[in-house]
Amino acid sequence: MPQIAQIAATYASQIFWLLIIFGLIYVGIGKGMLPKIEATVEARDQKIASDLAAAEAARAKADETEAAYRASIEEARNASLKAKAEAKAAATLEAEKKVRAVDAELAAKMAVAEAALKGAQARALGEIESVAAEAAQEIVTKVSGLTVDKAAADRAVKSALAA
Amino acid sequence: MAAESGKIDPMHQFLIEPLFGQDWAIAGHNIAFTNSALWMVITLAALWLFMLGGMKRELVPGRWQVMVEGFTGFITSMMHANIGPEGKKFTPYVFSLFMFILIANILGMMPVGIVGVHPFTVTSHLTVTGVLAIISFSIVLIVGFWRHGFHFFSLFVPHGTPGYMVPLIFMIELFSFMIRPFSLGLRLFVAMTAGHILMKVLAGFVINGLNAGALTVAIVSIPSFILMIGITLLELLVCAIQAYVFALLTSLYLNDAIHLH
Repeated sequence: MPQIAQIAATYASQIFWLLIIFGLIYVGIGKGMLPKIEATVEARDQKIASDLAAAEAARAKADETEAAYRASIEEARNASLKAKAEAKAAATLEAEKKVRAVDAELAAKMAVAEAALKGAQARALGEIESVAAEAAQEIVTKVSGLTVDKAAADRAVKSALAA
Repeated sequence: MAAESGKIDPMHQFLIEPLFGQDWAIAGHNIAFTNSALWMVITLAALWLFMLGGMKRELVPGRWQVMVEGFTGFITSMMHANIGPEGKKFTPYVFSLFMFILIANILGMMPVGIVGVHPFTVTSHLTVTGVLAIISFSIVLIVGFWRHGFHFFSLFVPHGTPGYMVPLIFMIELFSFMIRPFSLGLRLFVAMTAGHILMKVLAGFVINGLNAGALTVAIVSIPSFILMIGITLLELLVCAIQAYVFALLTSLYLNDAIHLH
């Protein structure tokens, strides 16, 4: 086995070159390159993490915006409902007021008309009485030849109409 | 393969041959640039090239960058799972360890022998795995004593041990602790060596059977070849598993040193 048979002759050379080569690997690759590669990996991991966090934040912001939008919509809807109710109430009030005013006017007109009617009726009644009294005077004159004065005829007509 | 004798030597693949600088030395120790050193350099180059593909540092990664980040993320999450936030400091070391062993293992499995290059598995040598194990163990010791001082020895006495059992438990725990670098280094070395020997032996069966005639081809070469395909896939799995085990155990030992029990 040359590893054992040659060991006395070759150990110094092997150790010497191994230390040089391994030293170069340790300094150049282990200490030189490895940390840079690790830093790259770490930077990438951090970038991914921060990107994810940013995306999460953006999502939260979007949710917030949506919530605000919904709230504003809700608010506007409530406001419009309120305005509608108010307008409805106001319109009802106005209508009632108008109806009442028109009612009052109509009542006044009716009163005037009724008064006129009553006047006309009274007048008509009066005329009927005078016409009846004249007719009675004439009938009495024609029938009996007597002359009845106007006042007596009126009295007789009134009592006959009242009966 | 030592084909001179007509036999295929499955151990030849582990032979270390100086390529140049045979007379280089430090304090009397020869440090020639060998095939082992060459494959370490190739491992370094392959790892560096692989990692370079992950250095584009794009926010949206390409395929290669995803692959590199998969490896770094694998080790980072393993360290985090086993040690916690304090494990981050040790991630560069464990990552270097894991990638070095993984790529060295896999390069040893590459079929470059077809084009005449001798593949060599750096991690099939006890010296290399031993040094890596000792580095891991030393880090554990240094971190343990640095953070806890002599309180580190409480690692060897689990909570709730009755007083009269403490000396015995202490010895057992100390022994199991001290054996860690050996088991760590030997496991990788043995797994790599055994796998490669097995593959070479089966390859020898295939080739010797081909030379021996039609009957041996049918009863030896073809079954061996089919078995080799399976063993090769298994070995690729072992390459990854052994690298993972080495890194995982290092992280678990570090966790012991940082958090005691």
